[in-house]
Amino acid sequence: MIRTLSAAALALGLLFAAPAARAAGEYDVPPPANLSFQGIFGTFDRPAAQRGLQVYRQVCANCHGLRLVAFRNLRALGLTEAQVAAIAAEYQIADGPNDEGQMFQRPGRASDRFPSPFPNERAARAANNGAYPPDLSVMTKARHYGANYIRALLTGYQDPPPGVEVAEGMHYNRYFPGRQIAMANVLFDDMMEFADGTRATAEQMASDVTTFLAWAAEPEMEQRRQMGVRVILFLLILGGLTYAVKRRVWADVKH
Amino acid sequence: MAIGLHDSPFKNPVIRWIDRRLPIFTMMQKEYGTFPTPRNFNYFWNFGALAMVNLAIMIATGIVLAMHYTPHVDHAFDSVERIMRDVNYGWLIRYMHMNGASMFFIVVYVHIWRGMYYGSYKEPRELLWILGVVIFILMMATAFMGYVLPWGQMSFWGATVITNLFSAIPFVGDSIVTWLWGGFSVDNPTLARFFSLHYLLPFVIVGVVFLHVAALHITGSNNPLGIEPKGPQDTLPFHPYYTIKDSVGLVVYAIVFAALVFFAPNFLGHPDNYIPANPLVTPAHIVPEWYFLAFYAILRAVPDKLGGVVLMFGAIAVLFVLPWLDRSPVRSMRFRPIAKWAFLLWTVNFVVLTYAGSQPAEGVWVTVARIATAYYFAYFLVILPLLARLERPLPLPESISSAVLRGGGPLPAGAAAKPMEKA
Repeated sequence: MIRTLSAAALALGLLFAAPAARAAGEYDVPPPANLSFQGIFGTFDRPAAQRGLQVYRQVCANCHGLRLVAFRNLRALGLTEAQVAAIAAEYQIADGPNDEGQMFQRPGRASDRFPSPFPNERAARAANNGAYPPDLSVMTKARHYGANYIRALLTGYQDPPPGVEVAEGMHYNRYFPGRQIAMANVLFDDMMEFADGTRATAEQMASDVTTFLAWAAEPEMEQRRQMGVRVILFLLILGGLTYAVKRRVWADVKH
Repeated sequence: MAIGLHDSPFKNPVIRWIDRRLPIFTMMQKEYGTFPTPRNFNYFWNFGALAMVNLAIMIATGIVLAMHYTPHVDHAFDSVERIMRDVNYGWLIRYMHMNGASMFFIVVYVHIWRGMYYGSYKEPRELLWILGVVIFILMMATAFMGYVLPWGQMSFWGATVITNLFSAIPFVGDSIVTWLWGGFSVDNPTLARFFSLHYLLPFVIVGVVFLHVAALHITGSNNPLGIEPKGPQDTLPFHPYYTIKDSVGLVVYAIVFAALVFFAPNFLGHPDNYIPANPLVTPAHIVPEWYFLAFYAILRAVPDKLGGVVLMFGAIAVLFVLPWLDRSPVRSMRFRPIAKWAFLLWTVNFVVLTYAGSQPAEGVWVTVARIATAYYFAYFLVILPLLARLERPLPLPESISSAVLRGGGPLPAGAAAKPMEKA
């Protein structure tokens, strides 16, 4: 009985660590996104992540940085070395000082990280009506409900229900805490074309960029899960053997 | 003992040469080989060894992390993400350290629970228990400062809230807080000293653990019956019986640990700590890590700041005097029909406190936290002292072996002599 009780207490303790949601302002709980990488053994859908990269570069990057991700990391999404170099070269990176002591701009290299759209938070706020577009590098780890939240937020814009006053420069989004968000709706059907022929609906773009951002936040996820399967299988076998030895050792002792 | 070479029992010439000059092999043999250990341990007695292993894991992973971490407000957050992304297997080391802290508290909470249920704190093990409480306090300090190091929002605001508690001290409170911070707010000097202390304290813990184990090997272990071994028939050599039994527990522990690290590494964390610290933006709901929530609930249960702080520290301090609050001569709750249920209720109560601590301090949760806080203290200060006088314990078995061989319970007089011949 004591064992059962303590096991239950432990399980409860773990459960209670779950976030106390909805602390700040009311919002709707985002529905499950059901994306490729969710679920215990999920992996990143490479074509989706590549389309998501395109969405990030054409839409999100106007306001949001991705400063922790290096261009070389994009190889993990299935891009070739030449493709990575070409993407990097499209960016201007501040470097220096050179031999004359001057800072200068040069085309990006694979070893560079994504440059942020604004030099600092003040500049970002000045350009965005006082709001600060956060860096997206670890975004799916930095919000309750993670990827589900990101995808729901991107498709959660709607007209405010009658009687709800939306503040100047704000937008109604039922998944954002408080339901009023400074960011405007940015994804519209067919606003871009994907090289692989997938139709760029707002839903599609939201799912794809969520996949990309989930990869950006946890690039180690696939390796982590693969290693986890091997480690736990090993431990299960080791546990079985250890228990057998324990039974054997204790066999002639009454206890 | 006479001066001179030790009389070593070992035959191997190298081991013998060392052992005669420095008898560490004799000591290991005595303390971990033949050490007489009660034969009736259940798996709750795994958790001391598990805590020791966990401490070793924390120190090993922590030393590697410190090689790559930068304790500066401008670089701390990014250096942690560098570890996650660019250091070889850095994500594994960091997630082991992060979840290792949670595992450590799970293990130690069970270890403390076992001590309370089976009365391991009672005479002659009071000092052993007190050293354990010291370890627990050092662990909490270490974990708190470690949580500040990634310099996320919860790091910063958690540090601000907890250090601010000291401002409740009359007259000198504000000066103490400034002294703790190394400035007038939680800032770079605070981060740097927390890093320094976070590296130091685990080694202090190692020292106190050594004393804890040394004291244990003087009194010997308690056991589920709470009666002392009366002779060799009541004990088994530690090796191989308990080395192998601890190994079984260790593998189960490793499976739980691996499940967290590999499949849910951020499950026990708070997403806000992946937002870089910003002194200008207060999170809507500041919460400590899960293992502090019960004490956090006690802190917030009191409307007065100083009162809350006193109660919170009192909740831990009361453990120091537990051996003298519970004067019942019977150790194991198995033989204490009323205390057993009072303690199991206390356990549930602790879980309730933990949950209340995770909720915003408003509405029904304030009331729940107050009732639970009252019971937390009532158990120690009222129920245990009263039960020591009023409770009628069940009869104790004559000895460990008699209870084990007959499946528990007291034996009729004389029956223990030839226990195997019946049946």
